[in-house]
Amino acid sequence: MGELLIIAIGSAFVNNVVLSQFLGLCPFLGVSKKIDTAAGMGAAVIFVITLSSFVTSVIYKLILVPTGMEYLQTIVFILVIAALVQFVEMFLKKSMPALYQSLGVYLPLITTNCAVLGVALINVQKDYSILEGTINGLATAVGFTVSIVLLAGIREKMEYNDIPKAFQGFPIVLLTAGLMAIAFFGFSGLI
Amino acid sequence: MKANSPSERLYNGIIKENPTFCLLLGMCPTLAVTTSATNGVGMGLTTMVILALSNMFISMLRKVIPETSRVPAFIVVVASFVTIVQFLLEGFIPSLYDALGLYIPLIVVNCIILGRAEAYASKNGVISSLFDGIGMGLGFTLGLTCIGAVREILGAGQIFGFQVMPSAYTPITIFILAPGAFFVLAFLVALMNKLNVGSAKRKIDPSNSVSCGSGCASCGNAACKGKRG
Repeated sequence: MGELLIIAIGSAFVNNVVLSQFLGLCPFLGVSKKIDTAAGMGAAVIFVITLSSFVTSVIYKLILVPTGMEYLQTIVFILVIAALVQFVEMFLKKSMPALYQSLGVYLPLITTNCAVLGVALINVQKDYSILEGTINGLATAVGFTVSIVLLAGIREKMEYNDIPKAFQGFPIVLLTAGLMAIAFFGFSGLI
Repeated sequence: MKANSPSERLYNGIIKENPTFCLLLGMCPTLAVTTSATNGVGMGLTTMVILALSNMFISMLRKVIPETSRVPAFIVVVASFVTIVQFLLEGFIPSLYDALGLYIPLIVVNCIILGRAEAYASKNGVISSLFDGIGMGLGFTLGLTCIGAVREILGAGQIFGFQVMPSAYTPITIFILAPGAFFVLAFLVALMNKLNVGSAKRKIDPSNSVSCGSGCASCGNAACKGKRG
């Protein structure tokens, strides 16, 4: 249990997926204009990463390792993730229209989110068991959600500020993210 | 220069539509591996090889791949080349393989590659697609090397491993840590914006400043719309 807690805190805060590993930067910078949309994206990411890290761990442990085809991991993982996202989208559309309404727009964007593939590969690299891998996926996604919602909150406030012309748009967001990354260094003493 | 000629494609990739500074594509490797200029060059060239090969291959297959399932087909092609290149690096340049680590398999989800496959290679001939890939790859390499060089000079006082700063200079270590990547890219893009604002005033290409900063999400979005349709 303690082991799992350390993995969870480590992935969510200490090695934050966006601010220290630079995975999933595209949605982090692209969909962080408003807190609502950022939270929606975060929820979709939590859902997909948890599910995909479970599925990819199962496939890796039960199919690729016994058949000695570990070298196919990149191809298999990306196809599984793309198929999974499509499947989740269709399933939500049919059976949970309310949830689909709120997550729908963000789901297709997630296939190109490198955090999803990144977590699957990290699970293999660190040789996590299926349970550890799933917890790692969940915690990573929670870390992503925390940072994207925080950034969206700062950006909403920043709308009212007078920013130099050259820094408007992308550069000021990057500077904000840099300051957040420094703040997240504070977690490094935690484990 | 004639449109779609090899030299025009190279110019387009390196200067006009530079993927790092103008289109802002492929941000994850851009920030993650540029702790030194050497790593930047290595990542850039690795991406260039994969980009050129997959562009060429997709262009060859463009009449065979059905319209409806093209995105999964592109992903399989790119993932195969990434796997091949990963093993070649592991075998022949192990130092680079160790430095880039996780970010080599992640080239699969680099939006530059899928973006070029969708926007260019699936519509154009083999030779111009190959040069489009090389041009875009060189532009990406240039971007990564710039960021890597700035970070290495400020953060370690070196460039490509050679000491350039006087020994009295204390390295600002934060520039080779995570926050430094954000700061350096922010200032380089701001500089680019500044130059673009100047060129917009001279009425050369006012649309250019709009395309800067639209980011990866729009590109991913376009690719996915294609898949859903």
